[in-house]
Amino acid sequence: MALQSEPPIETRASREQIVYANLLTMGAWSGVFVLLVTYLIYVSGLLAPYVPLEKVPEYWGQGVAEYRTATGSPRGWGWAELLDRGDYLNYAGFVLLGLTTIVCYFTLVVRFWKTKNRVLLVICTLEVIVLGVAASGILGGGGH
Amino acid sequence: MSGAWWRIVPLLALFAFFVVMMLAGPSAAESLEGEGGSSTTPWWVWPPTLFAFCFMLGVVAVLAGVGGGVLYVPLVSGFFPFHIDFVRGAGLMVALAGALAAGPGLLRRNLASLRLSLPVALVASIFSVIGALLGLHLSALDPRIVQVGLGVAITGIAVLLLLAKNTWQPTVTKQDAVGLALGMHGTYWDYAMGETVEWKTHRTILGMLLFVFIGLLAGMFGLGAGWANVPVLNMVMGAPLKVSVATSKFLLSITDTSAAWIYMNRGCVLPLIAVPSMLGLMLGSLVGVRLLSVVKPQLIRYIVLVVLFFAGFKSIDKGLGLGFLG
Repeated sequence: MALQSEPPIETRASREQIVYANLLTMGAWSGVFVLLVTYLIYVSGLLAPYVPLEKVPEYWGQGVAEYRTATGSPRGWGWAELLDRGDYLNYAGFVLLGLTTIVCYFTLVVRFWKTKNRVLLVICTLEVIVLGVAASGILGGGGH
Repeated sequence: MSGAWWRIVPLLALFAFFVVMMLAGPSAAESLEGEGGSSTTPWWVWPPTLFAFCFMLGVVAVLAGVGGGVLYVPLVSGFFPFHIDFVRGAGLMVALAGALAAGPGLLRRNLASLRLSLPVALVASIFSVIGALLGLHLSALDPRIVQVGLGVAITGIAVLLLLAKNTWQPTVTKQDAVGLALGMHGTYWDYAMGETVEWKTHRTILGMLLFVFIGLLAGMFGLGAGWANVPVLNMVMGAPLKVSVATSKFLLSITDTSAAWIYMNRGCVLPLIAVPSMLGLMLGSLVGVRLLSVVKPQLIRYIVLVVLFFAGFKSIDKGLGLGFLG
């Protein structure tokens, strides 16, 4: 009898897992692509940075609080107002990477709502809240 | 290209890796002696240096079977002139990018399990947020606390990697009630064996408690947590090794996201440091995967363990200001 080379149907990933994987692919690679392009714009000087490139190494040996004070850099979502600057333009890529998982979890919430899987619905909703709070800047945007 | 040439590539990579470390070392030491830790080296030197360094790191990490984040943070904080706040921010982005890129393929092949990931990811991400806040608070009080803590953690990780005996297919006679309720079981197709593998977990509560600790360390030190995820999923919860490794990689995309947002919102992610590190490590990992089939990774694994021990001691030495390691 010939060896089975194709995986049987029962070993295949569930529908929610495939949907999650597809979204993850789009988010990850578009995030990396955006980072690559925005970084080239940044280091080539096509768009003037908020903190001049030659000044960054003067301050990166200090803690983040000192760096922010010395350069007048924003915290929380303050970067969003500086997207026209070469350095903060890179945040578009970082944010895309950071939002990918949150978007993926939204699809799970919808899926588990429809299938009435209450346990996983609660877990995914809580995860969206945790990620949302972390992303909001409520916790990370304050500081020293 | 001949097979012999390919076999020496990893050794050349390791050699280049240590050369870059040595070149960066004096520069770091010199710059940190300057007022406020400022660097005198022109800015344009750093992106290609970081890219090359992280490329090597990516190659070596794959061959040694460890994540890039666990090597990145101690080595870059030890040998580059960046404050540990920025290294941790970049380290999380490095680990996140790698996990996001690897996750989809693992999910599609059903090696990474969403059902196994969801509950433990919730615990780990809550505590990685707490760890990130705690780490940034301690760093603001005195960065040496974090530096010494990182050194102790890295040394502990090296010991864990040295001693951990993961099991290919753990025996789980009876699934516990919590694992059953959470749907922590599945099947996958093992291409190498040509057979279907069924699995289920046990000791779910203990496993989830351990993810509290994993999340804290990952957030506090900006480390990816594959070094801890795999033994907990495999040895404690009883998931097969392939499922544990794949699920661990996917898990990082969730836990590192939560901690990365905290660091990003504090301004700890400097594009000049983070982007070349992320791109270098991702590219290095791709090359590492190709090399995996033609080299013997065991020797490289031992070399990486030595590097981890060294990086751990260096971090403790730097934090305590002893100066034994330069």
